[in-house]
Amino acid sequence: MKATTTKFELKMGLATREAYGQALAELGRANPNVVALDADLAKSTYSATFAKDFPERFITCGIAEADMVSIASGLALAGKVPFASSFAVFLCDKAYDQLRMCVAYPGVNAKFCGSHGGISIGEDGPSQQAVEDFALMCSLPGFVVVCPADEHAARALVHRMAEHVGPCYMRTGRPKVPVIYNAEEKFEIGKAKVHGSGRDAAIVACGLEVGYALQAQAQLEEEGIHARVLDMHTLKPLDDAAIAQAARECGALVTAEEHVLDGGLGARV
Amino acid sequence: MSVPRVESLTELKRLANRLRIDIVRMIGAAGSGHPGGSLSEVELLTALYFRVLRHDPKRPEWPGRDRFVLSKGHGCPALYAVYAAAGYLDPAVLPTLRKLGSPLQGHPDKRMLAILEASTGSLGQGLSIGIGMALAAKMDQADYHVFVMTGDGEVQEGQIWEAAMFAPYHKLGNLTLIVDCNQQQLDDWTEKILSLEPLAEKFRSFGWRAVEIDGHDFEQVLPALEQARANPGAQPTAILAHTVKGKGVSFMENNIKWHGVAPKPDEVAKAVAELEAAAQQL
Repeated sequence: MKATTTKFELKMGLATREAYGQALAELGRANPNVVALDADLAKSTYSATFAKDFPERFITCGIAEADMVSIASGLALAGKVPFASSFAVFLCDKAYDQLRMCVAYPGVNAKFCGSHGGISIGEDGPSQQAVEDFALMCSLPGFVVVCPADEHAARALVHRMAEHVGPCYMRTGRPKVPVIYNAEEKFEIGKAKVHGSGRDAAIVACGLEVGYALQAQAQLEEEGIHARVLDMHTLKPLDDAAIAQAARECGALVTAEEHVLDGGLGARV
Repeated sequence: MSVPRVESLTELKRLANRLRIDIVRMIGAAGSGHPGGSLSEVELLTALYFRVLRHDPKRPEWPGRDRFVLSKGHGCPALYAVYAAAGYLDPAVLPTLRKLGSPLQGHPDKRMLAILEASTGSLGQGLSIGIGMALAAKMDQADYHVFVMTGDGEVQEGQIWEAAMFAPYHKLGNLTLIVDCNQQQLDDWTEKILSLEPLAEKFRSFGWRAVEIDGHDFEQVLPALEQARANPGAQPTAILAHTVKGKGVSFMENNIKWHGVAPKPDEVAKAVAELEAAAQQL
């Protein structure tokens, strides 16, 4: 694949959180066992999109994240496919013990979505910004951890999460993000999307940083530096082969993410 | 369906006595564990598994079974002993309690023992798990009942009150919470650590039907559990079962030391002798 400067013209699309809600509603239509839970942030996480279509399968737990995660576990143990959402920082940080004990350790088939990941949520400030969620969630055994770059990746990965038997966590973002993929693009858990084959540098990114990485790639190209971009939409299991190949073939490896240095994509790479 | 029912009160008492012997021996063999809170819950578990629960040891994954979640995971030796007596487990595995690789982990681990309804041990979570199961039953129009047992000290966990708010609001009449009120927690008497009283009033004010019973008296335990199981209404039930920590072994009863210490071989022998003597009186 040839890197081009057309990435500058990326069209703005939906926020990944909005695409999450749409995909969840699609899942609801396809599978009567899919249920959704939220902790009083349904309008922000967009689980409200599911709730509108399937009120009888939507459980609003109040501002009680620990209760919500354990309830999701109970639903899954009774045969449901629960998707529980809140802001990433409240879901992962407040209910970490519940994610560990009620979901990860017993390997329960429950799915979680933390919205408003990273610092791009903006003015609400650090109390609302999740910059540790990758570290927390990647350290839980058996959890799949994904962070889609655009609406199409988000939609596809919600479906992959539903197909995967076992615990999954998706981080979505607040702001609208550029459209990188087309609606038919196929996504596989644990398989990075490689953009370009430049050998001077590889930018390994996830979430909204993928759009920025593609912009950087185009700018570098104009300066005669040939870079490739790895959309690492799955942080766990990490696509080791793609990283090893990029490290072998490229002069430099750079990571880009909205997360503290410890325990995030950079640390994992 | 082959539900192991024990009809007579005397037989139930004998069974509870035998389970206590199993528990003391298991924890003694393990060299660590929680005898106090295991012995306090014996009549409650015996009544559940031999009279109240709709279940079938031959089909542990039967979707229509009643669920029991032991939220006070440290009390699992009693549950394991009950599983063995009911036919879920080969009694030969009981002495492997807490051994590396044993299905009988120190706290209930569903990965190691699939018949457990949940992995527990981090206090305060079981009631919420039970709520998830009770919600699923309502969505599926299934008529199974969900029982959850917590300790009384465990009720200090904030998540319990998140769940306590949730269950009545969602009209989960198919859910019953049993609080094993043995009055002690690890460090001291519960009333000295962080008072819970008036606990029944707290649950009632949250919308529960709360009843208080003597948790060692089958004549109170059985009707309380049976009424909760048959609850036709929308209110969840909280059964506050007043019990004695270490019940049945004189030197363990109400002695805080036995919260989380295993009896040594001579202490096991003494406890078993006492329990066997008590069995003669039944």
